[in-house]
Amino acid sequence: MGGHSSYQPKSAFAKWFHERLPIMDLIQGQALDFPTPKNLNYFWTFGGILTMMLGAQLLTGIVLAMHYTPHVTMAFDSIEHIRRDVNYGNIIQKLHANGASMFFLAVYIHIFRGMYYGSYKAPREILWMIGVIILLVMMATAFMGYVLPWGQMSFWGAKVITNLFSAIPFFGDSIVTWLWGGFAVDNPTLNRFYSLHYLLPFVLAGLVGLHIWALHVPGNNNPTGVSVKSGQDTVPFHPYYTMKDAFAIGVFLIVYCLFVFFAPDYMGHPVNYEMADPLKTPAHIVPEWYFLPFYAILRSIDNKLLGVIAMFASILLLLVLPWLDTSRVRSGTYRPVFKQFFWILVLDCLLLGYIGSRVPDNLFWVDTPSHEGGFALTNKLVGQIATLYYFVHFLIILPILGLLETPKPMPASISEAVLAKNKPALPGHKAAVPAE
Amino acid sequence: MGIVATGEHADSDRRDFLYIATGAVGAVGVALTAWPFISQMNPDASVLALANVDVDLGPIAEGQSVTIKWRGNPVFVRHRTAKEIEEARAVPIDELKDPLARNNNLKESDPATDINRVVGGKEQFLVMMGVCTHLGCVPLGEQGDYGGWYCPCHGSHYDTAGRIRKGPAPENLLVPRYEYISDTKIRIG
Repeated sequence: MGGHSSYQPKSAFAKWFHERLPIMDLIQGQALDFPTPKNLNYFWTFGGILTMMLGAQLLTGIVLAMHYTPHVTMAFDSIEHIRRDVNYGNIIQKLHANGASMFFLAVYIHIFRGMYYGSYKAPREILWMIGVIILLVMMATAFMGYVLPWGQMSFWGAKVITNLFSAIPFFGDSIVTWLWGGFAVDNPTLNRFYSLHYLLPFVLAGLVGLHIWALHVPGNNNPTGVSVKSGQDTVPFHPYYTMKDAFAIGVFLIVYCLFVFFAPDYMGHPVNYEMADPLKTPAHIVPEWYFLPFYAILRSIDNKLLGVIAMFASILLLLVLPWLDTSRVRSGTYRPVFKQFFWILVLDCLLLGYIGSRVPDNLFWVDTPSHEGGFALTNKLVGQIATLYYFVHFLIILPILGLLETPKPMPASISEAVLAKNKPALPGHKAAVPAE
Repeated sequence: MGIVATGEHADSDRRDFLYIATGAVGAVGVALTAWPFISQMNPDASVLALANVDVDLGPIAEGQSVTIKWRGNPVFVRHRTAKEIEEARAVPIDELKDPLARNNNLKESDPATDINRVVGGKEQFLVMMGVCTHLGCVPLGEQGDYGGWYCPCHGSHYDTAGRIRKGPAPENLLVPRYEYISDTKIRIG
């Protein structure tokens, strides 16, 4: 692993230590000297931002666990206790709750960056697939964490999501009872969610380790998608990208803090300030914003089992994305048609998110109840079209597009692309036209 | 490095035996060890102990509903009006999304006629789980397109016999096991 390292133990102790555990060599090679394409833009800082966010959630979460009580009669009050009585508990609780949202914001940008620049393509398929698994574990972690405050939305979110498994033929109901530890979401459910919510972030940390390991085999992709050809194309990770990542993290933290200090409940739901009541479902239950697109897919299909399958398929589909995209050009920068479909997909996902937050039977956009009879463009119908498009994009457009599209001419190397961008094209070189 | 040839045959027989025996014991051991860790997640004795609840139907006036909590879930008990019963009876079975009674007191294959949704022929008292068969929300009474129940979560409509008529829910609202312990008292569970 220390192949890129220039590490030379200097003192006698360092030499003695190195012979027994060459960890300094590993750090030097993988975190400091690691050759990194010199043209990475700010979208590449989200990996660092996400690592920071995982650390922030672990830190705030471990502190919250010191003051929280996982019992149905006390959980709700213990959150208020944290917010009112515990020293700085107010800030720490809000950091954790808003941290989840910021974590997902960063991960979605990170994923779409990978999609635009073709970071999932050979030889980075395993890297990408570990990323999809990280997303799934993140979702499970966030879902279970949201149940812990034991508000109305916590409770009914837990009930609806665990009930998804009742769609499984034959064993569905037994599985749900097993998940709950009872015949309804109750104290056993809260306890096990607490235990797993504490465990899964450490599983995430392990998966992040694998993700970085898989990244460091081929090295980073870059905005041109052209592989690194020589030392001229790269710079050492430190200080160039430690600095760039640190700056981006600073900017990201400002946005994070704006929410924490000035709009801590902006992304929450007022009804979650009501304690869970198993006998009363809130009038309008919605998940947190980061689950809305998937919730819209679930609701757009009137068959329970198929709805659940579609929802899980929308994520699991990403596992095979490297083989669905048939184009050999990695970066969207050189794929004029793909680029347009990419942005349509982004809009489609945003639209699904909007639909997920609306009442299905209301009219689209104006959001008033539709009148009976005749054709009406309801939120549900728009959601169905958007759901269909989501799958069409991955299953039909991507495979066909790769075969039909004529890519733009690509630079011979990263270095050439960088030079062409900053100066008029050098004589004798084909004029590569970098986008943006 | 070569293996000493002497007695190779006997040796490999012994190795095979040890290999298979260890593997078999290992597999059984893993399964036996895993079982308690899986089983502990199922409802425990204290949860199972809350098995039944008695309800006095006497005070429930015609047109009135009450909600009982049984095993952590709401149970609807509705004293139906003659009109509601009439409406429910008038629906042909083949018009129903779910043609089965979903009544734990009857056979699984019984059809979802109105009389099959109650116990002891007492059609005025409809007793069923207040748990939407879609994703488990609590439906709202006397609402929806069929004058029965309406689930606010994903828009399932149930009729006056608690049968699914429209929306994503796959089954009729479940009728739990219950019996009349006197003329006006039932025991659920």
